[in-house]
Amino acid sequence: MTLLRSLEEQKRQLLMDRSAAGRVGTTFVPLDVPKTKLPDENLLRDQLEMPEVSESEIVRYFSQLSQFNFSIDHNFYPLGSCTMKYNPKLNDEMAGLAGFSEIHPLQPDETVQGALRIIWHLQEMLTEIMGMAGANVSPKAGAESELAGMLMARAYHLSRGDTGRKKVLIPDSAHGTNPASAVVAGFHVVSLPTNDNGDTDIEALKVAVGPDLAGFMLTQPSTLGIFDTNLLEVVQIVREAGGVVYGDGANLNALLGKVKLGELGFDVVHSNLHKTFTQPHGGGGPGAGAVMVSERLLPFLPTPTVKKETAEDGTEKFSLFTPPESVGRLSPFHGNFGALVRAYAYIRTLGNQGVSQISEDAVINANYLLTQLRGTFDLPHDRHCKHEVVLSAKSLKDAHGTDAKDICKRLIDYGIHPPTMYFPLPNVVEESLLIEPTETESKETLDQFIMVMKAIAKEAEENPDLLHDAPHDTPNTRLDEAQAARKPVLRWKG
Amino acid sequence: MSYPADIKYTKEHEWVRVESDTEVVIGITTYAADELGDVVFVELPEPGAKVVSQEQFGEIESVKAVSELYSPVTGTVIQRNEELSDAPEIVNDSAYEQGWMIKVEVADTSSLDELMSAEEYEQFLES
Repeated sequence: MTLLRSLEEQKRQLLMDRSAAGRVGTTFVPLDVPKTKLPDENLLRDQLEMPEVSESEIVRYFSQLSQFNFSIDHNFYPLGSCTMKYNPKLNDEMAGLAGFSEIHPLQPDETVQGALRIIWHLQEMLTEIMGMAGANVSPKAGAESELAGMLMARAYHLSRGDTGRKKVLIPDSAHGTNPASAVVAGFHVVSLPTNDNGDTDIEALKVAVGPDLAGFMLTQPSTLGIFDTNLLEVVQIVREAGGVVYGDGANLNALLGKVKLGELGFDVVHSNLHKTFTQPHGGGGPGAGAVMVSERLLPFLPTPTVKKETAEDGTEKFSLFTPPESVGRLSPFHGNFGALVRAYAYIRTLGNQGVSQISEDAVINANYLLTQLRGTFDLPHDRHCKHEVVLSAKSLKDAHGTDAKDICKRLIDYGIHPPTMYFPLPNVVEESLLIEPTETESKETLDQFIMVMKAIAKEAEENPDLLHDAPHDTPNTRLDEAQAARKPVLRWKG
Repeated sequence: MSYPADIKYTKEHEWVRVESDTEVVIGITTYAADELGDVVFVELPEPGAKVVSQEQFGEIESVKAVSELYSPVTGTVIQRNEELSDAPEIVNDSAYEQGWMIKVEVADTSSLDELMSAEEYEQFLES
């Protein structure tokens, strides 16, 4: 046992700790040019500690590190509201093509026509998918798109001399970043309650709108995983009050090919390309946002946007341009270009029909989980869900003292990544588990997950401590999250 | 869980204790502390700051979520519990005593009559 543990410990050694003086992983070719002194020796450091390891040691080091990690390539990853779908390797291959990966953002436009064409075409496709009038794909994440959208709303009101609009309404079922984005753009945020059905409370909305209303930010479907049945009325009330309607597209996986938010009266919609249109993002990035707007917000789009001009002989020319009343630049250069290529490759691979099938399969999968887990867990809103389902562990907690977190930790022992927990927030749903299976999972995988969830519920009843102490079989067992937040240790050592 | 009878309660799960004719102490209830789980950070207004009844006066962060703290009274902060910045876990350990958050000077304490008694608060929790 001691030997096993010490071997485990060795796996946690940093590369530097594995170093042995004089060991090398590569051999330099013999010097075939005359030796010469460096121009300024003072620029050199005396000591430069480098790990001295062999090639196989480096390979094992990184392979072991990767085994400590968990990704969608390992197993099921139902992290609600984050759309952790499988990322087809073809997209990586396309993003890696030399014509995309080895160009420089400062190259003259005429030397990167292919890359600009991709951006332009992606703008066009996203505009069409959302039913909007135009798009910009430079933001690097959803929150940056939200900020872009809110800045455009502000610029729009100000351009009309309408200076009194300072209030943005946001339902409590919206994405958590929405209020922050509105505040950064200079607005004052008022939170709106959802009704018992999980929809926007129309009466509360009517009371809240007025001449100071700048806009309304709606996540559709909401973080409760449900489609707001009051949607059309909500849009109408906001627009009649002079507000801009913002659609948070983090959950577009439920709407693709089925609903065009532009046609419902939305002014701005953003899409997290890294979620909906495949981009590995488990480690926090790189992300890519896209922001699509209605006719009245077109002049305010961020820069750079790509435009196409067709000459009389039919030749097409793509170039960067700044819309006339642009809110400015949100990212250096063109945003995360590699992510844009992946999104482009994904949409082109699937085509029209394939894009619609995403939402169909995602919604069926989530509803399958809802049906199969009804009775084992509480359903705060027992109605058809969209692409994700909210369960509550409240009954299990009340009966056995095992809360949502304990269930999530136990899932890790079964090799499954935990779903999002405590979001929706505890004041909206108690002990919430937000589960998003996505369209990429087979019925067999879902059945396995259902079996595990039922087994855990049974364990909670028979041996709650099994859950309290979980996970048991991972390199790190239960972490003291409270202590980690109160007294964080931010360095490995020293 | 027991709720002391000498303090008043709000629907947002704050409590108020009257110290004198013009001074009250505010904290969160054991129910709130329990629901939040381990508290890891409490942000409170500085002495001299104004607080307004039913409006946010601070934030409390637990391992689960960040939540707003709502003031049950209107007045001026005269003291805040500095110990919470180093040891936020006191809120979990002693919600009604060492875990108090702010002391507020109020014009008069009659507005507290509208708040819930311990018995009413327990009924509210059950509903």
